[in-house]
Parts: sequence; C-alpha cells; structure tokens
Amino acid sequence: MGDFSLNDMTGEYMDVLKELGNIGAGNATTALAQMLQERIDMKVPQVDMLDFKDVGKAFGGEDTVMAGVYLVVEGDIQGSMMFLSKKETAKYLVNQLMMGMGHPEAEEFDEMELSALMELGNIMTGAYLNALSDLTKLKIYPSVPEVKIDMAGAILSVPAIEFGVLGDKILMIQTKFTDYLDIDGYFILVPDVDSYQKIMSSLGMN
Amino acid sequence: MADLAVCKSPDGVTTLGLGSCVGIAIRDPLTKIGGLVHVMLPDSKAIKNNSCLAKFADTGIDELIRLMLQLGASRSRLEAKIAGGAQMFAFQKNCELVSVGDRNAEAAKAKLKELQIRLLAEDTGQNYGRTVIYYPETGDYIIRAVGKPEKVI
Repeated sequence: MGDFSLNDMTGEYMDVLKELGNIGAGNATTALAQMLQERIDMKVPQVDMLDFKDVGKAFGGEDTVMAGVYLVVEGDIQGSMMFLSKKETAKYLVNQLMMGMGHPEAEEFDEMELSALMELGNIMTGAYLNALSDLTKLKIYPSVPEVKIDMAGAILSVPAIEFGVLGDKILMIQTKFTDYLDIDGYFILVPDVDSYQKIMSSLGMN
Repeated sequence: MADLAVCKSPDGVTTLGLGSCVGIAIRDPLTKIGGLVHVMLPDSKAIKNNSCLAKFADTGIDELIRLMLQLGASRSRLEAKIAGGAQMFAFQKNCELVSVGDRNAEAAKAKLKELQIRLLAEDTGQNYGRTVIYYPETGDYIIRAVGKPEKVI
C-alpha cells in the first residue's frame, strides 16, 4: 500500500469518506447541542477534496483569523484531527458554554476562554472519532487537544503537510449549524497511509 | 500553499498565512525580477507523490529560478530571503526530533547554499503564522502576523 495516493482516489472511496465525515460531524453537532443545552440544526455537511492552493478560499482567505483545535490520534489508526471555526464563531460558542462568564466583546481570547475552547474542541472531535470508531470497530484514542488562534493558512498548514505526504489534496468536511446565529465549523481528519487502508478494509472496501 | 509566482517590479508577490510552510523569496536586484514560492515539505525525494514541484523546498526553488530566468533574470545575481517554518502546535504528529517547520527552513537554506544564492535575511521558527509580501523593486520582504507589529526584513 506504499503507492496509495489521494490523487487517484476513486468515486467509491470518496463516497465512503464523505459518509464517514457526515456521520462524524452529525455526532459532533449532537454533542455540541447537548453541551450548550440548545437546539442546534445542522445542514448536510459539505465534503470537499481541495487542492492545497484553494484551501484558503474555503474560509474567505488564508489570512482569515480562525480558531483551531488540534489533536493526535492513536490506537488502531494513527493520524491527527482538527476542528476549525472562524474566530467569531469560536468566541460565540465559547461564551455560550461559559454562560456569560466570558468576554464576548473582547478581541482576544483570555485564558478561561481558551480553556473552554479546548474543551469544546475536545468534546466535538471526541464525538466525531467515537462515531468513526463505532462504525469501523477500530480503537481510536485521541490525545489531549491543543488550541491556536491564528491565520487559516498557518493553522491549516499542519494537516495540509500531513496530507502532503499522501497526495496533492486535502479532505475537508464543512459543517454548518444554526441556533440563533449561523455558525460553521470544519473537521479535518488525517489518517496516515496505513490507517486509510485499515479504515477502508474495516468497512468492507478493498 | 504549494504554489509559486514570479513578478517584475513594480509589482509585488504575496502569500497568505504561512505556518509550518516556508516562503522563499528570490530576486535579481538589477532587472528587478523576483518571485516567491510557498513550499510545504523539505524533500521531494523522500516521498512518492512528488509531481507538484512547488510543494517541496528542493524542486520548488529550482522551478522558481527556472521561471525567473525565463523572464530575464540573471542566475549569478540572485539573492534570497526566507520566512515561515513555524511550529504551530507543540506536539505535531511527525514526532521527529526536529519539527517539520524547522526542517522546511533548513532544507530551503541548504538548497540555496547548494545553488550558491545569497541568503540575505530570514524570519523563521516561532509558533505563529505569517503573511508575507515581497517587492523585487527594493527587495523588501514584509511580514505580518496576528497581533504583532509589521516587520520588514
């Protein structure tokens, strides 16, 4: 399987990955709704294979400031996972979570808000990975997450470089949910080459 | 990301949001022809999927110089500046001793040295993203980062 490349992924494989993304993102949204104790509607996630040079456009520019929660995945599969949202979205979600104890009007995130954001990312990526684990019957252990507020391009360079080893494209799942406001989040899962194979064969694809 | 562009004074060339990637800016100070390549990985020989030239420090720099020479730049006058190569997260996956950002910056420097192109300045490492703009007219390489003052190298 050393020749595996995302460049020549067939339609069938793509569909399986998209469906996994769908289920994962759905689970994560449910977790978010429970955490915030609010009704949250989710639109059908949009799953895209993007060229590296087009990645930034998906966020309205590579210099859009985003909040990224990044963690490493171990167990039966190896890789990394990221949850991204626009800075304003992250600020809003965090302040919903903190029940008025945050500073929604401030430009920067204070320590409490960063911590809450990390927890939010932790729960959402955890729910996503749980769904993946249930479906594939593979053991998946996420690490403690790390948070970063920076330019989209800079944050995305981390999973992009990991994808870069596999091919010239990045697989991104965009989830839009609505409560009072329209909010959007992005999930990026980067299994390594062998793990792709494991995920596929555990679902009966060879 | 994994892209490159060349330009001629008075135009400038920019790349947004460099993270662990490295932006290598090269110019010919006489003809004012310059270019910028945004590379993601250090070495095209280390992996199989290497058809995209601008993705790697080694092939990216080669390709950038090829395009600049086509425009009329002189090989012997070229000078370079580099930026980027940050470590965005403390525990990035490739748990090698040196982060991919550092390796990208090192690979870029090694390639420039091999080609005997002078490296005039660099702003690499740290843990934040950079947006860069390069003006071949003056050789100014402007670096912007979130919550930090603008810097010119």
